[in-house]
Amino acid sequence: MELTTPISEDVIRSLHVGDLVEVTGIVHTGRDAVHKFLHDGGSLPVDMRGGVLYHCGPVMVKEDGQWVCKAAGPTTSAREEPYQAEVIQKLGLRAVIGKGGMGDKTLAGCKEFGCVYLHAVGGAAQVLAECIKKVRGACMLEEFGSPEAVWELEVEEFPCVVTMDSHGGSLHKEVFARSKEALAKLL
Amino acid sequence: MAGLKDNLLELIRRTSAEMPDDVNRVLVEALKAEEKRTTAEFALKTIHANIALAAKKSQPICQDTGSILFHVHGPVGSDQLVFEEAAREAVAEATKKGFLRQNSVDSLTGKNSGTNLGPGTPTFHFTQVRGATGMNVRLILKGGGCENVGAQYSLPDSRIGADRDLKGCRRAILDAVLQAQGKGCGPGVLGVCIGGDRATSYAFSKEQLLRSLDDRNPNAELDALEQEIVATANQLGIGPMGFGGKTTLLGCKIGVVNRLPASYFVSISYMCWAFRRRGVVLSADGGKIERWLY
Repeated sequence: MELTTPISEDVIRSLHVGDLVEVTGIVHTGRDAVHKFLHDGGSLPVDMRGGVLYHCGPVMVKEDGQWVCKAAGPTTSAREEPYQAEVIQKLGLRAVIGKGGMGDKTLAGCKEFGCVYLHAVGGAAQVLAECIKKVRGACMLEEFGSPEAVWELEVEEFPCVVTMDSHGGSLHKEVFARSKEALAKLL
Repeated sequence: MAGLKDNLLELIRRTSAEMPDDVNRVLVEALKAEEKRTTAEFALKTIHANIALAAKKSQPICQDTGSILFHVHGPVGSDQLVFEEAAREAVAEATKKGFLRQNSVDSLTGKNSGTNLGPGTPTFHFTQVRGATGMNVRLILKGGGCENVGAQYSLPDSRIGADRDLKGCRRAILDAVLQAQGKGCGPGVLGVCIGGDRATSYAFSKEQLLRSLDDRNPNAELDALEQEIVATANQLGIGPMGFGGKTTLLGCKIGVVNRLPASYFVSISYMCWAFRRRGVVLSADGGKIERWLY
């Protein structure tokens, strides 16, 4: 399924755990530093309503005065668990892309505010960088450094799996419970 | 010196962009084993496409080029400081070229050095080898996602019912796999150390990651445990990326060092599927590449 930004709440509510989606449009990166910054009351000079936040610290190189993305896979999302639900509400996000999944607080936030968690393939930095057609710019670059900055990216057909939906479904909870049960039998 | 620096730069480039064959081979088997048209298969296909693309473009397999861990075996009397200087220069240049991400952050101020250089980064592990004629330099780039799911157990541990024996070690290792789920970018490889103090135990667990995936442990008991851990982990259904599926681990390597009577540590270092580990044998002055390892 194609997801084009800005994404409507109806489209998000139609998604379920296990769906394969491809994101096209504008995506902003944001990871540890920016989540804490927003939690501490900071605000960003960008409008992300209906948008997508990508947990990613890309490799960026300036070539002929233009930023070029050399590698851009997802980073572990669990570190943003204390802040994510609040950030989803504050920025009006419709999707968060990352890896490894998130916890109950974020799951509840997805349900309340109409958002999904999209799992990109961790480590697949080249396949995912190929989907980035243009680096539009960055904010907080000086303050946070390149990996932690908020990069504005134009993406095409960025592949992800819905692993947490807006109906309370979480693949991560399911797999953890199943694997815990399986291990108990094998010990 | 310039020759050494250039050779180390090439080692960094290869490590960041080209997967070692022993890991590739196991990943090919993993894709074959996975059920078709599942999210697990999607993950593994993406991984394979990514490996090919990174090598073709000579760009990082993963954007998190991680901790930079140099392991050097050199002749007695070789100058470690000269090596470190050349390596630091190579690291800074590799960062500028985009083979490495800017990955060295001041822990107090949050300021990124921008060069990968700073207190504690990169790290060097030197070993002198009597009679060696050349320098054996191996490099691991270990990303933060997998580093964060590493775990250290102090046995006995009643939470997981682990006593001070190999059965207890097995419980600790499998618990680490369960807790890691897909967060360390599975399917991964475990480097394990039984024994040591807290610091040496973790350090030695990472040294296990220098072993080729297809080697066998010379200790029969540990060899059996290595095989069994992989087989058992792959029955847990965690799968690639934690999506569910057949391959949770690609390998497990276990080493053992002596401990204090009072301590019994089991340390587990998790390496992601993007197992960036390369090595090179250089002439004694570092100026000439004799051959590539792995």
